[in-house]
Amino acid sequence: MSMPFYVSPEQLMKDRADFARKGIARGRSVVAVQYADGVLFASENPSQALHKVSELYDRIAFAAVGRYNEFENLRIAGVRLADMRGYAYDRRDVTGRGLANAYAQTLGTIFSSGGEKPYEVEIFVAEVGDSAAEDQIYRLTYQGQVTDEHQYAVMGGADEVVAAYLHEHYTENADLSTALHVAVAALGRGPEDNGGAPSERVIPAGDLEVAVLDRTRTQPRKFLRLMPTRLEAMLGDRGPTTAAPAESAKSAPEPEIDPSDIPADSDPPTPG
Amino acid sequence: MDDSRLPASFMTPGTSSFADFLAGHSPDLLPLRRAVPQGHAGDVAPHGTTIVAATFPGGVVMAGDRRATMGNIIAQRTFEKVFPADEYSCVGIAGSAGLSVELVRLFQTELEHYEKIEGTTLSIDGKANRLAGLIRGNLAMAMQGLAVVPLFAGYDLVSGQGRIFSYDVTGGRYEEKAFHSVGSGSLFARGSLKKLYRDDLSESDCVTALVQALYDAADDDSATGGPDLTRRIFPVVQVVTAQGGRRLADDEVAEIADSVIAGRMNRPDGPAAALT
Repeated sequence: MSMPFYVSPEQLMKDRADFARKGIARGRSVVAVQYADGVLFASENPSQALHKVSELYDRIAFAAVGRYNEFENLRIAGVRLADMRGYAYDRRDVTGRGLANAYAQTLGTIFSSGGEKPYEVEIFVAEVGDSAAEDQIYRLTYQGQVTDEHQYAVMGGADEVVAAYLHEHYTENADLSTALHVAVAALGRGPEDNGGAPSERVIPAGDLEVAVLDRTRTQPRKFLRLMPTRLEAMLGDRGPTTAAPAESAKSAPEPEIDPSDIPADSDPPTPG
Repeated sequence: MDDSRLPASFMTPGTSSFADFLAGHSPDLLPLRRAVPQGHAGDVAPHGTTIVAATFPGGVVMAGDRRATMGNIIAQRTFEKVFPADEYSCVGIAGSAGLSVELVRLFQTELEHYEKIEGTTLSIDGKANRLAGLIRGNLAMAMQGLAVVPLFAGYDLVSGQGRIFSYDVTGGRYEEKAFHSVGSGSLFARGSLKKLYRDDLSESDCVTALVQALYDAADDDSATGGPDLTRRIFPVVQVVTAQGGRRLADDEVAEIADSVIAGRMNRPDGPAAALT
């Protein structure tokens, strides 16, 4: 008869966090960059149908990394919540803060419940206001933590390298084209090879998923996807492009984690 | 422990319909599912009246008068009963005013919700059928005097033309050719359009024909409001073309209404159609 091992609560939570973090790190990064007219989202995502960035409401957008089925579920829940609030009250009463809180509660509850595996996702909820000072980017982690980000934010994949690039090159109140160039160049940064300089790559325009929340749009709905033809025109000649390495291409965006890749010791302990 | 997270109904995949989601999660928010006590409620709630629509090469125009009545009382002079439904369609609703405004909001949310969840817009026939689905539940209230009768029009991006759909209180959906009208003054408006409509009208001529039709409706139906010259209140006009939908600015409609009225000063019954 096997003896059940005692697992301390600290260890249990740490194991669950490690599990979620590993899944998230496998996907490609998503960046959100504030520019003069709003917020720009960019990600490397060869699929034109499975989006990582999408519209939640008039002034609010959603971006996610991690497991597709899980963040898609959260996205739909967010659209339902936003539309229901806007219908029951008024369109102005749907706020990014409200949605971020609902997501935080949901992710937090799932993370700490014993019966479910934690969601392997990280989310941005961004809202544009009437001026750049009122723009907000909320970052939500797998355990339900909310942080208020400013200027730029990166999640998933090689987030540290990408964030380092943005830290160096980000300028406040840039125009759309400048913000796009910085964001796309940042996404091309890969992890350091054997302790050397970070690798650099020019991502083809067709593999980019870019969307903006643009406060200057006349319609109430400020969300706009920038399609590859427009991206190509805006990015101009950037030299030879390199598509994503094949091995990670197979993992994005849907099955970002292969169960056989998880070392046995990082499996969450079964309760009881 | 699970109290704070979003309820399961939010996370359940399957439906892309906002109305279906509401029916499961908070049915009390749906406008047409309410139990109304026996009796005739039509006399105590304001009613909106005449909506007209006509196609022209390149699009479709919808216009509605501004009056809401409650029995013999004019409840509202500036009531709006024609709304954009989404980028390429518009909807006008005659009947119980409060319910119709709520229904329009539900329909607008329904189309936007589908678009956001599916990442693509519904076909124009899909939109027309969804609207039929939404008013199907209203029959019981219609029997008690709270009918809502929409008119739906939009630009079909596939066939490249404007299209008009009418409905009955049971949710029956009928596609109309060229022009149609609903509401208490609709008979007079339709008669007027019969004589004025031609299938090669320009956009502004089409608007003029609809404003003439509303004038004729107001001429013979007390519940339809004519142009209010002292307050400068004129019909709401929505135009939908391949470039999307827009509401005509008040001064654009005022200009057309003024020319219609100037013509009626000479011939109060409106322009004369050829006999043969």
